[in-house]
Amino acid sequence: MFPFVLEKAGSAEAAIAAAAAGARYIAGGTTLVDLMRDEVERPERLVDINALPLSDIRADGEDLVIGALARMSDVATHPEVGRLQPIIAESLIEGASPQLRNMASMGGNLLQRCRCPYFRMLDAACNKRDPGSGCAAIDGLNAGNAILGTSDHCVATHPSDVAVALVALGATMRVRGSDGERSFAVEDLFRLPGDTPHLEHTLTPGELILDIRVPGGPYGRRARYLKVRDRASYEFALVSAAVALDVEEGLIRSSRIAVGGVGTKPWRLRACETALAGKPADRSSFEAAARLATEGVRPLSHNHYKAELLPRTIVRALEMAGDVA
Amino acid sequence: MTNQHQRSPGEAGTNGHSGPASTLSRRTVLQMAGSAASLAAMSHAEAQSISETQSTVADAGAARPLQLTVNGVSRELEVDPRQSLLDVLRETLDLTGTKKGCNQGACGACTILVNGRRIVSCLTLASMHDGAEIETIEGLEKNGELHPLQQAFVEHEGLQCGFCTPGQIMSGLGCIAEGHAGSPEEIRFWMSGNICRCGAYPGIVAAVADAAGRS
Ligand SMILES: Cc1cc2nc3c(=O)[nH]c(=O)nc-3n(C[C@H](O)[C@H](O)[C@H](O)COP(=O)(O)OP(=O)(O)OC[C@H]3O[C@@H](n4cnc5c(N)ncnc54)[C@H](O)[C@@H]3O)c2cc1C
Ligand code: SF4
Ligand code: FES
Ligand code: FES
Repeated sequence: MFPFVLEKAGSAEAAIAAAAAGARYIAGGTTLVDLMRDEVERPERLVDINALPLSDIRADGEDLVIGALARMSDVATHPEVGRLQPIIAESLIEGASPQLRNMASMGGNLLQRCRCPYFRMLDAACNKRDPGSGCAAIDGLNAGNAILGTSDHCVATHPSDVAVALVALGATMRVRGSDGERSFAVEDLFRLPGDTPHLEHTLTPGELILDIRVPGGPYGRRARYLKVRDRASYEFALVSAAVALDVEEGLIRSSRIAVGGVGTKPWRLRACETALAGKPADRSSFEAAARLATEGVRPLSHNHYKAELLPRTIVRALEMAGDVA
Repeated sequence: MTNQHQRSPGEAGTNGHSGPASTLSRRTVLQMAGSAASLAAMSHAEAQSISETQSTVADAGAARPLQLTVNGVSRELEVDPRQSLLDVLRETLDLTGTKKGCNQGACGACTILVNGRRIVSCLTLASMHDGAEIETIEGLEKNGELHPLQQAFVEHEGLQCGFCTPGQIMSGLGCIAEGHAGSPEEIRFWMSGNICRCGAYPGIVAAVADAAGRS
C-alpha cells in the first residue's frame, strides 16, 4: 500500500473542501482499503467522513430517505425500510456478509468498483485501471462479465445488489460539492464504459453523496429481489432481478424491472415494463415480457449462459412478486 | 508529500519470507518491522492529532496516536495509517488469536467485535477506530472458564485444523446477539461470512445453535 495522509472531517464543508483539494472520501473502507492494498487505488489523501451526520434512515411521507453513511445492516433491519420498501432490505441482505454489511455504507455501496478479476491484476491489460492498456477480459476468463452495455474497451458488470433495487424503484440521490447541492436519479449516477471505462460515475470531483430517496409507490410488498449465484450466499450475482408489480383484479397496472450481474451498470428494462402493462399477472405474460430482456445482448466467449439465465430469473422474480396476497 | 513505494508493516508480513527471517521467528521479524516504522515516525507526533471537529493533516505514512480498549484494557498506541485493525492486533499488540486468511474481506478469519458489532478487521484502517471498544477471541475466557460458545465448539467439534475458529466464534457471538440463530438454516445463512476450509460446518452450526439456546 502506498503512503497516504488520513484526515477526519468534522463537517460536510470540511470534507468537501478536502476533496476539492484532491482527497478521497473513505466511509466503511471495504472497497477502498481492499483496492489500496492491491495498489489498484493509490490515493495520496483520504478524508474519513464517518463523523458526519449522514446515517439517518427515515420516512418522509411515503418516501424513504437513507443517509449515505447508513450501514447496509442498519438499513436492512430498519422498521421503516421493512414497512415502506422491503425489497431494499431483501437486496441488502443478499449482498456481501454480515460482517461486511456492518461496515459498508450505502454511498460506498453505490460507488463500489468492479469485480472483474483483471482489474486487480496489475500485470493484466485493463482499460479501467490503466486507460489505453486494453481489456484482458474480452478474450479471457469472462464468465462473470456483462452482456449488456458493454463496449470494446470494457465488459465489467456493476456488482452492487441494492443499486439494482434502487434503480428499479426510481430512487434519487442528493449530492453536495463546492458548487452546491443537486439531486438526480440513481440510475443516472452510472456511466456506460464506452471508450472511457475508467470514468464510472457522473459525480463531479469531490461531490459528496448526502442521501438516497426512494419514492413511495404502489408496489410495497409486491416487490422482490432475486439473486442467482454460484453459492447460496456471500457471492456476487451471476444474474439478479429487482421487480415490482402493481396489480389490480389480476391485471398489471404498472411494473418496474431492473437487473444486475448482466449490465455494465444496474440495468432498467423499460421495454419489459411496457410489455407487462395491462396484461394478466400470470406466467405467460411474464415470459413474453422477459424475452425482451435479451434484445441487444452481446455475450462473450464464456457467458452465453447469462442470456438464458436472464429471462428465467426475471420470470421467477415476477412470480415471487405476484405471489403476495 | 512524496508517494514513494514503501510497504506498510502488514504487507511486509504477507510477503516477507526472505533471507534474515530464517534465523529469527517470523513473528519477531514482523514486530521488528513494525516498531522500526513507528520509531522512525515518532518525531512527527505533533502533526498527528485528529480531532472530531477539525480536519488536520498528518504527514503521509507518519505514525499517529490511537487509543483502543482491547478486551477491557485501554491501550495507547502509535500506528502507521496503512495498518489494518487486524495488523495492529496481531503485530503491534501480539494478539495473534485473530487470524489473517485472505486479507480481502472474503473469509471471515479476522472477525472481531468493534463496539459490539462483528466486522472483518482486515478491511478497516486501525487509525479510523480511535476510542473503539474491541473484543477478540483472547478476551472470551474468564477466570479459566471458556465462554459458553467456546465450550460449545469443543463439545460439537466445530473445528478441525482450528484456523478459522477464532473468526467463527467471534462471528457466532455477533450472529447470536443479532438474533439470527433461531434455526440451523438461519445460522447457515448468517454465518456465511466465515469460510471453513476443513468443512467443519455441521459442528459449527450445532455449536452456535447450542450456545444460542443456552444464552
Ligand atoms: C468479500 C466481499 C464481498 C462483497 N459482496 C457484495 C455483494 O454480494 N453485493 C454487494 O452489493 N456488494 C458486495 N460487496 C461490496 C460492498 O458492499 C462494498 O465494498 C461496500 O458497500 C462499499 O461501502 P464502503 O462504505 O465500505 O465504501 P468505501 O470503501 O469507504 O468507499 C468506496 C468508494 O465510495 C466513495 N465514497 C464513499 N462514501 C461516499 C460518499 N458519501 N460520497 C461520495 N463518495 C463516497 C469512496 O471515495 C470510494 O471511492 C462485497 C465486498 C467484499 C469485500
Ligand atoms: S472488463 Fe473492464 S475491468 Fe475487466 S479487464 Fe476489461 S477493462 Fe478491465
Ligand atoms: S482475513 Fe479478513 S476476511 Fe479473510
Ligand atoms: S477448522 Fe480448519 S479451516 Fe475451519
